[in-house]
Amino acid sequence: MMESATVELGSLAIALKVRNLNFFYGSFQGLKDINLDIAHRHVTAFIGPSGCGKSTLLRTFNRMYDLYPGQRAEGEIQFQGKNLLDKKQDVNLVRAKIGMVFQKPTPFPMTIYDNIAFGVRLYENLSKSEMDARVEWALKKGALWNEVKDKLLQSGLSLSGGQQQRLRIARTIAVKPDLVLFDEPKSSLDQISTAKIEELINELKHEYTIAIVTHNMQQAARISDFTAFMYLGDLVEFGKTDELFVKPKIMKTEEYITGRFG
Amino acid sequence: MTELGNPMAGSKAVAGPIDLHAGRVTIFRRQDRLFHGVTQFFALSVLLTLVGILLSLGIEAYPSLSTFGTAFVWTNVWNVPDEQFGALISIYGTLATSIIALLIAVPVSFGIALFLTETCPTWLRRPLGTAVELLAGIPSIVYGIWGLFVFAPLFAEHVQPHLQAAVGDIPVLSGLFAGAPMGIGILTAGLVLSLMVIPFIASVMRDVFETTPPVLKESAYGVGCTQWEVVTRIVLPYTRVGVIGGIMLGLGRALGETMAVTFVIGNANRITGSLFSPGTSIASTLANEFGEASPGLHLSSLFALGLVLFVITFLVLAASNWLIARGRAKAGH
Amino acid sequence: MTLSLYTRRVLTNRVGIFLSMCAMAFGLAALLWILWTLLSNGFSALNWAFFTQETPAPGSEGGGLSNAIVGSLLMLGVTTFVSTPIGILAGIYLAEYGDRSRFAQITRFITDIMLSAPSIVIGLFVYALAVATLGGFSGWAGSTALSLIAIPVVVRTTENMLKLVPTALREAAFALGAPRWKVSLAVTLRAVKSGVVTGVLLAIARVTGETAPLLFTALNNQFMSMDMSQPMGNLPVVIYQFAMSPYENWQQLAWGGALLIALMVLAINIGTRILFRQTDLKQ
Repeated sequence: MMESATVELGSLAIALKVRNLNFFYGSFQGLKDINLDIAHRHVTAFIGPSGCGKSTLLRTFNRMYDLYPGQRAEGEIQFQGKNLLDKKQDVNLVRAKIGMVFQKPTPFPMTIYDNIAFGVRLYENLSKSEMDARVEWALKKGALWNEVKDKLLQSGLSLSGGQQQRLRIARTIAVKPDLVLFDEPKSSLDQISTAKIEELINELKHEYTIAIVTHNMQQAARISDFTAFMYLGDLVEFGKTDELFVKPKIMKTEEYITGRFG
Repeated sequence: MTELGNPMAGSKAVAGPIDLHAGRVTIFRRQDRLFHGVTQFFALSVLLTLVGILLSLGIEAYPSLSTFGTAFVWTNVWNVPDEQFGALISIYGTLATSIIALLIAVPVSFGIALFLTETCPTWLRRPLGTAVELLAGIPSIVYGIWGLFVFAPLFAEHVQPHLQAAVGDIPVLSGLFAGAPMGIGILTAGLVLSLMVIPFIASVMRDVFETTPPVLKESAYGVGCTQWEVVTRIVLPYTRVGVIGGIMLGLGRALGETMAVTFVIGNANRITGSLFSPGTSIASTLANEFGEASPGLHLSSLFALGLVLFVITFLVLAASNWLIARGRAKAGH
Repeated sequence: MTLSLYTRRVLTNRVGIFLSMCAMAFGLAALLWILWTLLSNGFSALNWAFFTQETPAPGSEGGGLSNAIVGSLLMLGVTTFVSTPIGILAGIYLAEYGDRSRFAQITRFITDIMLSAPSIVIGLFVYALAVATLGGFSGWAGSTALSLIAIPVVVRTTENMLKLVPTALREAAFALGAPRWKVSLAVTLRAVKSGVVTGVLLAIARVTGETAPLLFTALNNQFMSMDMSQPMGNLPVVIYQFAMSPYENWQQLAWGGALLIALMVLAINIGTRILFRQTDLKQ
């Protein structure tokens, strides 16, 4: 399957390189020898049926699995000149640069303002006015500013479901990461929120590198530049989105995108 | 291989300042180490309490234990003036009251748990469950004062004479219920204790009953089992381990209970064999004598009693926790 | 034949269900009976003098339990102040590091045992530790004994509450590069604030009526005293002494004290349930 994962990207800059990545949950192997590159300031989408390993792969990029004993990764993930999987690599340095937007909207138990400022305060010492500006900027990026600008001091829990979904994006963007990982929910709350989020991703890719796990093939086709199709822990096919969806090279990919399984 | 597998060979990696915040994360690492240390230190306090209890009781009990040896545990004497001490009387009272308590509490708790999980209308489950938990929250001294002033007189007047009349001259039973019906004594202490431990046993039973997979119960109902049959033949066997754990928890509580027993056991240092006669338990002996004991063999023997009590309850509670945990693990929680 | 077997099964079922209802009724009756006894015997004792006067001399009339009430409140205050931070931090340790370390698993096991350990033994321990060595009974010794009983309660409720926090919330905080202590204190602990407060309140309720550990530590004091380094009056021990005495006035005061303690404990128990249910709904 190795050759199939290759793709001609010309002279695009690479934000993150994955080499010979294997991942284990205890004795179960969740990812098998993954090799792929993520292009700088482009959107790379990961698709595949449930349990194919796409979320697992995303969670290796910011070493989220580190929280759980029994989960381990082997291989290399090169990012800004460092191997992220190196035991000596500090995870907080990685996470300060690689942000993650989770499936579930999880407002922190604090005000909307502090939800945004929480991450910023960790690594930057901003004055009150600078912080105000940053919060406003992030909420605008998250397409949430107009709805919450008058209630910044209310609890984040008071937001509606769709607003919470956008809050998780604003919170991640606020710290200005270089790479943003999106783990999109299986079923979005409503079409308007989904449309807003896609619009947002389109805009964000001019300044950020984006990797997105999506359960929705149309969404992948709409927003991504590159698509990786995964199945049972393998990277089956990886290529330009236009090509992969129009003329897949591998049978399995074709079966999946034409809806014959999954 | 690598070159072949590298679709972007020739394009250059973007170098970025991943170490930009290196100073900050060094501080974070130090703070996390401190956090780990501080929280671990306080967690240690619980372990230190246990070690401290064993050590201090052991040291204080040493003079007594070295004088009387292991015979301390089965010697039927507690004579303060002559400085002759043995734990048997107190151990007997402790065990007798606890066993009586369990004999009553176990079936009642089972009934309560059965009712709360199976028969009770849903809207009543919460208030009734809460009521049982409130019973657990009432301080033991309240049980004690109630037992002494309300329960014991009623028991002496209305129950004990009838019990004696009922057993008549039946050999063993008449001995168990011999003596003046004073109200206070081993049996009364056991009864008051049973009220105290019912809530603990009942709530563990309810919790483990609820771990029975619904599909198991449904299939039993499906073949026409009655509620009673489902509970006694499906739920009870399935949750056996946890139920035993709950009973052990009740036992552990009963063994170490002080005030409720001290009020009603009568505090007499003898074993008569009758459940109507006053006796003493380890905890009630401690409560009664410790304050006035003169330093020396008497005080040391009281510490030895405390050590015996602690070791017994520790073992019972350890077994209980282990069983309850196993019962829960089986249910997949 | 089949019919008679069937009839027998149905009958057994009815009897079984009936007995289980009797068990429930028995439990409820016990609760109501005890509460009724407390109210009918203790209510008349709860007058102005009860709260404002000191404990009377043996055989004399009048008096109150003011010194015992103040002593109990003081010791409970110190106990809360000491056991809350210790219990919460230890609970955080078990929740944060409990899955990885053998030490934490042992601590959890021991904590569960200490929850039900005989409180009188705690009294013996503190006597040997502090009273015998540091020269005498004192409010400090009493508070120490109560704290040792309260800490395991706080530890376990804190840990159980923290485990209810959705992993997604913790991960979201970690994903921003937050250090563990910050995730723990600013996000997870804050998310279960009301649950942790409940744990602290339940611990207070648990030790409010504890008598046995105070007998050999705080002892008692028939006069008003705010000096924690001296023997200190407290409700449970006064109730014990007065109830066991032959004086009717003392027994009457003991009933009043028992009612007061029971009301405090019940109020805390019911209050925490309401508090916790409200926050349940909000989530």
